[in-house]
Amino acid sequence: MPAAARLPKNRSTSLAAFRAVGKTFPNGVAALDGLDFTIRRGEFLSLLGPSGCGKSTALRLLAGLTEPSKGRIVRSAVGAHEIGFVFQEPTLLPWATVAANVRLPLRLKGGVDDEATSRVDDALEMVGLSDFRDAYPRELSGGMKMRVSIARALVTRPQLLLMDEPFAALDEITRFKLNDDLLALWRRLDCTVVFVTHSVFESVYLSTRILMLTPRPGRVAEEFVVKAPEPRIGRFRTSPEYGAQCRRVSAALARVMREG
Amino acid sequence: MPRPTANGRHPLEIALRYLMPALALLLALALWELAVRANSIPPYVLPSPLLILGTLVSDWEVLSVSLAVTLKTTALALLAAVIGGVLLAILFASARLVELSLFPFAVILQVTPIIAIAPLLLIYLEPETAVLVCAWIVAFFPILSNTALGLASVDHNLRDLFALYGAGRLKTLFLLRIPAALPYFLGGLRIAGGLALIGAVVAEIAAGVGGRGSGLAYRIVESGYRLNVPRMFAALLLISLAGIAIFAVLSLIQHLILRRWHESALQRDS
Repeated sequence: MPAAARLPKNRSTSLAAFRAVGKTFPNGVAALDGLDFTIRRGEFLSLLGPSGCGKSTALRLLAGLTEPSKGRIVRSAVGAHEIGFVFQEPTLLPWATVAANVRLPLRLKGGVDDEATSRVDDALEMVGLSDFRDAYPRELSGGMKMRVSIARALVTRPQLLLMDEPFAALDEITRFKLNDDLLALWRRLDCTVVFVTHSVFESVYLSTRILMLTPRPGRVAEEFVVKAPEPRIGRFRTSPEYGAQCRRVSAALARVMREG
Repeated sequence: MPRPTANGRHPLEIALRYLMPALALLLALALWELAVRANSIPPYVLPSPLLILGTLVSDWEVLSVSLAVTLKTTALALLAAVIGGVLLAILFASARLVELSLFPFAVILQVTPIIAIAPLLLIYLEPETAVLVCAWIVAFFPILSNTALGLASVDHNLRDLFALYGAGRLKTLFLLRIPAALPYFLGGLRIAGGLALIGAVVAEIAAGVGGRGSGLAYRIVESGYRLNVPRMFAALLLISLAGIAIFAVLSLIQHLILRRWHESALQRDS
């Protein structure tokens, strides 16, 4: 998709923030402690860290699906239902067609109906699934299901898109393709993405900024600003700059794991 | 019972799947017929298959009325079990306290053998109502427990998704929990269909003298007193056929509802 090589405007304004957030589960496990960072409007922010470091918990807190035990989350710049969420699994309704699944958020929010059809069409077109609107999830491949899941998150035109290791279960070829498509969508929609991953390579390829979390209880250990040519498609993955940054982040991850 | 998902590789294999059991059945019936004839076994000891078939035709006037009575009881009991079971399951799913308070009663009702409850019900209720209640009691539990399990087995991420978009309890119930419970409910329905028939038959036997409009089980008891063994077998055959028909119809309903989306209806190559 040939998109203009532009950076989203107002990159520096804050969209949401964690302020000294701690989260302890009822079973006594402390998932997060002293998590403190700001999400800037228009950025592609990755939360990177080992499994079980509380990345997913941070995302659920940000979505308002659970409440922090300590500290607070500032979300005032994000409207009530202006958050899209893509889960680790496609999480589709198996009894509903692709189009009905994508339409679901609009149905749940309850709104004008005549606009809904065109929005669903737009969302399906964005992920390249216009021809599959009447298919059932069972009939789709893993990658296609994940595209439906992304279309569903985008159908409300969210300001903030939260993604919880969405491509972890996919094969590498599908993952690379979806990485590129996601970047194109992010650029086209001018939204803010918070992306949880445990892959150094994926985070460097996608993000404008990476926050590395410590093992449990998670807090920010290091921050990296990724430098890449815009638009960063295909070639960036094999460039020396990409390799160098991956090396830097990997080394930091090893350090965090050792000290953690 | 044709299995819609069973996909034989050769047409021959499919033909064999139906041909072999049919042949085996015919062979067994032929042996039975021969044994009865060769040994001149009197019909009041063991009637031959042909005689049973003949009785079915000659007694059709009596037997068809009884069949209709038993089928009506079964159908009404199943309908009441569906309504009661589903409503109670939804109540259980939405109010934990109600579930904790009432579920033990449902279990007690289920584990107490119906044949032991029937005489009591026959004292309190009209015979026809008592038979219906007995059939309902046995059919009710699988629908309740399966539907309750289905309503509680919703994917956690989907729940989060509904919460994220501010869906209320009603929307979550109708758009998420009820559809998710559907396969469980249909599984329970298939069990309940057979149980409703069993409940109706057991209660009819317990009720004994039924007088007018008596069901098939009553015919069996009555024919037993008169040593009309061929009619006993004919009535028994009708009960079996009714059970098979109920199972087939409920399986077809399940297949038609689930075939587009559920894993259980998936066609596979190998």
